[in-house]
Amino acid sequence: MNIWTYGDNIDTDMLFPGKYVYTCSVAEEIIPHLLEDLDPSFSKNVKEGDIIIAGKNFGCGSSREQPVIGLKAVGVKAVIAKSFARIFYRAAINQGLILIECPKAVDYFSKEKNIEIYMDSGKIIVGDKYYSFPKLPEQINAIRNAGGLLEYTRQKLKNR
Amino acid sequence: MDMTFAEKILAKYSDLKEVVPGQIVTVQPDHLLTHDNTAAIIQKIIPEIDKYGIYSKSLPIIVLDHVIPASSEKTAKNHKIIRNFVRKNEIKNFFDIGYGICHQLVVEKGLALPGQIILGSDSHTCSYGAIGAFSSGIDRTEAASLLLTGETWLKVPNSINMNLTGKLNPGVYSKDVILHIIGDISSSGANYCSVEFHGDVGNFSIDDRFTVTNMGIEMGAKNSIFFCDNVSRKYLNNIGIKDSSYCPIYADKDSFYFKKYEYNLNDISPVVACPHTVDNVKSVSDVTDIEIQQCLIGTCTNGRLSDLKIAANILRGKKINPNVRLLILPASKDVFEKALNFGIIETIVKSGGVILPPGCGPCLGAHQGVLAPGEKCISTSNRNFKGRMGCKEAEIYLASPATVAASSLYGKITDPREVLKK
Repeated sequence: MNIWTYGDNIDTDMLFPGKYVYTCSVAEEIIPHLLEDLDPSFSKNVKEGDIIIAGKNFGCGSSREQPVIGLKAVGVKAVIAKSFARIFYRAAINQGLILIECPKAVDYFSKEKNIEIYMDSGKIIVGDKYYSFPKLPEQINAIRNAGGLLEYTRQKLKNR
Repeated sequence: MDMTFAEKILAKYSDLKEVVPGQIVTVQPDHLLTHDNTAAIIQKIIPEIDKYGIYSKSLPIIVLDHVIPASSEKTAKNHKIIRNFVRKNEIKNFFDIGYGICHQLVVEKGLALPGQIILGSDSHTCSYGAIGAFSSGIDRTEAASLLLTGETWLKVPNSINMNLTGKLNPGVYSKDVILHIIGDISSSGANYCSVEFHGDVGNFSIDDRFTVTNMGIEMGAKNSIFFCDNVSRKYLNNIGIKDSSYCPIYADKDSFYFKKYEYNLNDISPVVACPHTVDNVKSVSDVTDIEIQQCLIGTCTNGRLSDLKIAANILRGKKINPNVRLLILPASKDVFEKALNFGIIETIVKSGGVILPPGCGPCLGAHQGVLAPGEKCISTSNRNFKGRMGCKEAEIYLASPATVAASSLYGKITDPREVLKK
């Protein structure tokens, strides 16, 4: 498992450049350009189960959902950051990508430390310490558990 | 219990007597805005649209503005998919290329009214607080779900009270105010929050307010709001909307604010947001002499008539610096027509400006004025992220239309007060 670390204010243009927004919509079109202007090595080397650690305001900027779709498709297990921008946070719920807001864990992390995530109990272990993070409200968790918003909506329409 | 604007409107739309920050509510927005991304949105739900139909013909507002006219076969195909969808589903509010930028049209056509809720799959949907609406950005998938169901969840946000006092000095504009605020509280300073503007805002026109609320997202806000007053009522009257057709919502007197800020408008001077974050704000006097190759006046932030007028007043009878390209993007066809009638366009063209069609232009880096490595652009738009104008080795500086126009004359970042004095 690789842990990719980035700083504060990683914006949506760094995660997925605007010039591709109206020509790339599905995962296979998105993946080659993922994090292109931030870290060109990312899309070539990212593996299923990798984790991203970042500073504050991760995902700020545009409402584009390509970064979320791309990170989910390449198998990123979770993004752990000090804080997230709100549209990005919503998009992650809607695509079933796990985001963990835990500034203390980010501060304590260093390259040699291991990370374990326990979603059910809302705990994260960094090296020799554990931290709690706020769990999603039940109603919102249901969207994630359904496999994302579109699946959730399909079920809702079927049950009408 | 006294409630803030966000609490009050979300309580109303969820049929609850009161709500508190953190509470999850279900709302049915008055409109759902989508633009060129409508093609990708509807392609997610083709079988569902066939089976269940869309929720309502009057819910969507669809505007082609981001990459117009089409720049490639792919974008042309997207536009075609959207036009076919609009026709087949008899969408009431559709604006094809050339009508203008989606956010400008929503306000200009009276599609956002005081006391309404509008959601849109564009981050600058937060703009309609300028007219007293609650508006916020969502992603494409959520727009797809809304097209089918007409409803979604919202978390009741904490609210921030921004109290503006005093009066702006000559050469200082609402763009300087919002950049000053973002520089002060940071680009995440209002994360997840509803931002209310109070105080001496009676001198702020709808155009001025639009610039401020448009950039709410650049400090992380869920929505930004100026309350409906005589300025808003007059604007709405002018576009044919009677007072009786909307129901404004105001924050209660003793509502609780998560944070409060005070800004004296007299103390604000022209500023520039330097690369590559919107909160990297410096006084224009600290960055004069930075040479620029492109100047952009327009976009949903500053492409309105008053903005073009400010630029024309600075450019009148002068020529732009030969090392500079000056790009002008009127925010809408209506703005463009008025600017033509008032001779504003003639003034700008004579001084060397290039007029682009009403739309988003190079702001998102897809076409019409992409930058080359090493180039610098000063722009009235809202983002200066790395790569935003299509090249990660270029730099973008954000400023008011006056600062951008003044800079175009000298080929370097220039304090507009220096030009206005002459």
